[in-house]
Amino acid sequence: MSDTVVDADEVRHIADLARIDLDDEEVELFARQFGDILDYFGALDEVPEVEQEADLVNVMRPDEVHDGLTQAEALQNAPETEDGYFKGPRVS
Amino acid sequence: MTDLNIFLTEESIDGADDGPLAGKTVAVKDNISTKGVRTTCGSKMLEEYVPPYDATVVSRLKEAGATIVGKTNMDEFGMGTTTETSAYGPTLNPLDEDRVPGGSSGGSAAAVAAGDADLALGSDTGGSIRCPAAFCGVVGIKPTYGLVSRYGLVAYANSLEQIGPIASSVEAAAALLDVISGKDPHDATTREKPDVTYADAATGDVEGLTIGVPTELVSGADDGVVEQFHDALSELEAQGATVEEVTLPSVEHAVQAYYVIAMSEASSNLARFDGVRYGISGGYEGNWNKAYARSREAGFGDEVKRRILLGTYALSAGYHDRYYKKAQDAREWIKQDFNAAFESVDVLASPTMPTPPFKLGESLSDPLQMYLADANTVPVNLANLPALSVPAGETDGLPVGLQLIGPAFGEEVIIRAGSALA
Repeated sequence: MSDTVVDADEVRHIADLARIDLDDEEVELFARQFGDILDYFGALDEVPEVEQEADLVNVMRPDEVHDGLTQAEALQNAPETEDGYFKGPRVS
Repeated sequence: MTDLNIFLTEESIDGADDGPLAGKTVAVKDNISTKGVRTTCGSKMLEEYVPPYDATVVSRLKEAGATIVGKTNMDEFGMGTTTETSAYGPTLNPLDEDRVPGGSSGGSAAAVAAGDADLALGSDTGGSIRCPAAFCGVVGIKPTYGLVSRYGLVAYANSLEQIGPIASSVEAAAALLDVISGKDPHDATTREKPDVTYADAATGDVEGLTIGVPTELVSGADDGVVEQFHDALSELEAQGATVEEVTLPSVEHAVQAYYVIAMSEASSNLARFDGVRYGISGGYEGNWNKAYARSREAGFGDEVKRRILLGTYALSAGYHDRYYKKAQDAREWIKQDFNAAFESVDVLASPTMPTPPFKLGESLSDPLQMYLADANTVPVNLANLPALSVPAGETDGLPVGLQLIGPAFGEEVIIRAGSALA
């Protein structure tokens, strides 16, 4: 049994944050599985704090104009468009 | 073409008349964009997606004279270890049709193993090239992060993934790596390729090479796998290599760190599939958020939902420090451990997968068990190192893969060592 309890309401809350609807069966399944998986991730508690060596450097280049996709190409996979724009559902 | 559900789209895309890959056929994993040719990522969400441009690796294949013969089946968005999470059904293993080909680049490895293509491209986020190479008895290379452009690769976890070659010999895989590697202005994480020809590194000469064996990556494997692994090491020793044990204590936390980081990146990357810009749109009622959530419910399979949700959880308020930050610490620890090991050895060796290929359906019901199967491959992605899987015999008639890990941009040495075996 898992020590981390993830109940159905919590799964629904996360699904809401992630913008994915779930049916009741999926909620039950994930609630069961997430406890075990998160328990397993909990072993990360044993990891010591590690000094991070910053090996990142900025890579700069002059800002040049290149050809890109045409407006039609950029829109070609959108399910709905209007006047050269993506058409989405209403906001509220 | 064989009937193993290897290709999602069969297509003949001709390359230039001449070049290093002239006359060669290449199968391309279906998360690598091909202009004008459907690219689904194994997902219903992208069932009708036709990229308006080529991935850099595809342009390079064409310039090199290769003929692309199709887009290969894969775990949905690269999320899986068996190619069973594809929305288009599993690919069968050409060596045993009751078993999985491994994943997530299962279609690509199967295409080479079945003889449907001379070469293939896969992508490897946590072992997705090496696992199917091992399960299908072929060679796969996961390049150093930054050696091969990711432009046009549909992203799952950007900080971990690389495109790489699959072939039936180390030399052929190395020749394909020569074609696809090197700096790309479209991908700022790419670097200049070292001044070497990888295919020429496949000399089969391991005289004087020191091979380190991390005890942690051998202890969890099946007996039959370990036996083949040791036989292959003996073979390398007989050819003049030295084998010594090393220890990498950090890798005990690699699977946890890998999944936390990969799922977190996935939760962000897959936000773009909303049924508005890409993806299926059901024309649902309700406001933006509701329509978006229903489109994603219909478009994504279980494993993708599972990873997006767990990634969202790991990044959410109150849990970020407990999971994501700790995973980043583990990642740094793993990098330091590998660096220390490479001070005393030239390459590291382990079994690629701890078991032979699973039976179809065997592992689908228990995601955690599936994640644990990646124990030997994920440390390499966390440390951004190159690794190669070569066939190393059989156990009970099923293929075993040997993994060789090199220092960053040290592809030459793993190719040299691997070519002594295949």
